[in-house]
Amino acid sequence: MTNENLIHYIHSIADNSLILGQRLSELCGHGPTLETDIAMTNIALDLFGQTRSYFQYAAELSNEDLTEDDIAFLRKERDYKNVLLVEQPNTDFAYIIVRQYFFDVYHYLLLKQLENSKNVNLQNIAKKSLKEVAYHRRFSGDWLKRLGDGTEESHERVQKAINDLWVYTDELFHMNEDDKIVANAGFGVDNSSLKDEYYQIISDLIKQATLEVPEIQYFQKGGKKGIHTEHMGYILSEMQYMQLAYPNMKW
Amino acid sequence: MKKNWPLWEVFVRSKNGLEHRHFGSLHAPDAEMAINNARDVYTRRNEGVSIWVVESKNIKASNPEHNGEMFEPAADKAYRHPTFYELPDDVEHM
Repeated sequence: MTNENLIHYIHSIADNSLILGQRLSELCGHGPTLETDIAMTNIALDLFGQTRSYFQYAAELSNEDLTEDDIAFLRKERDYKNVLLVEQPNTDFAYIIVRQYFFDVYHYLLLKQLENSKNVNLQNIAKKSLKEVAYHRRFSGDWLKRLGDGTEESHERVQKAINDLWVYTDELFHMNEDDKIVANAGFGVDNSSLKDEYYQIISDLIKQATLEVPEIQYFQKGGKKGIHTEHMGYILSEMQYMQLAYPNMKW
Repeated sequence: MKKNWPLWEVFVRSKNGLEHRHFGSLHAPDAEMAINNARDVYTRRNEGVSIWVVESKNIKASNPEHNGEMFEPAADKAYRHPTFYELPDDVEHM
């Protein structure tokens, strides 16, 4: 395993948090209620905090003179390795909650394993993030149950969101070459090992929410190879704006 | 806004050993979500170790019209007020 492999692995984990955080931060001031607005912005901040820890470490590992900001803001679209799920738009509150829950359960299972990484830095980041993610998962799961078992309209909308976003779940468990090398070295996680438990957990909750588990067997993929949906360009143009307009600017 | 969620009063215990104190109020569809919301609104930065929520409508408040008889005791009976004791420094939270 080279440093390069490890850096790519860190990018692929952190890019999920970064892009989902960016999506959630679009809701700042636009949440359906004051309380949910604050809750979702809090989740965005947690995810950005985690992203910083990963990118600070990736910058340290790099031979080039990089900062966390360079990694977060100055890569090209193809170099972002987040899964397609997290870049999906904030269509309505049901989509936001389903996207969040589908990611949170995966994120939780991933960090649980990453806690056992042979790499101390990854171990520590996982340990610190796990508490936050346990809360994210509770928040999105609680909401999913209430939307499913709520009014006729909320039931219908959340079922639609589940059906539409289901096709992005399988990619969470894909492994690119770097992922495999880093997992084999005991630093990373073998994502495919999380899959059965993941589908068990989300299917149970979907049923509990009086909703139906989709039987769709065709899945979308591409993000982990840098091939994104049409939404990604818009996300990046907004997210990268400050660093491109004011190079090296700092808070 | 008849579709608004009910209002909840939030009480937070800041430290073990202290009492729960009123922190504010918020809207939530039910008690469990009220606790989630309270966590997000009030206790995200180590402000507390325990949260109580109670739906505001369950609180019976005193009537301001009765303030006179309720809260304004006779001013000439100073001996009724426990103000003639000196508290030792070691007694906290009184």
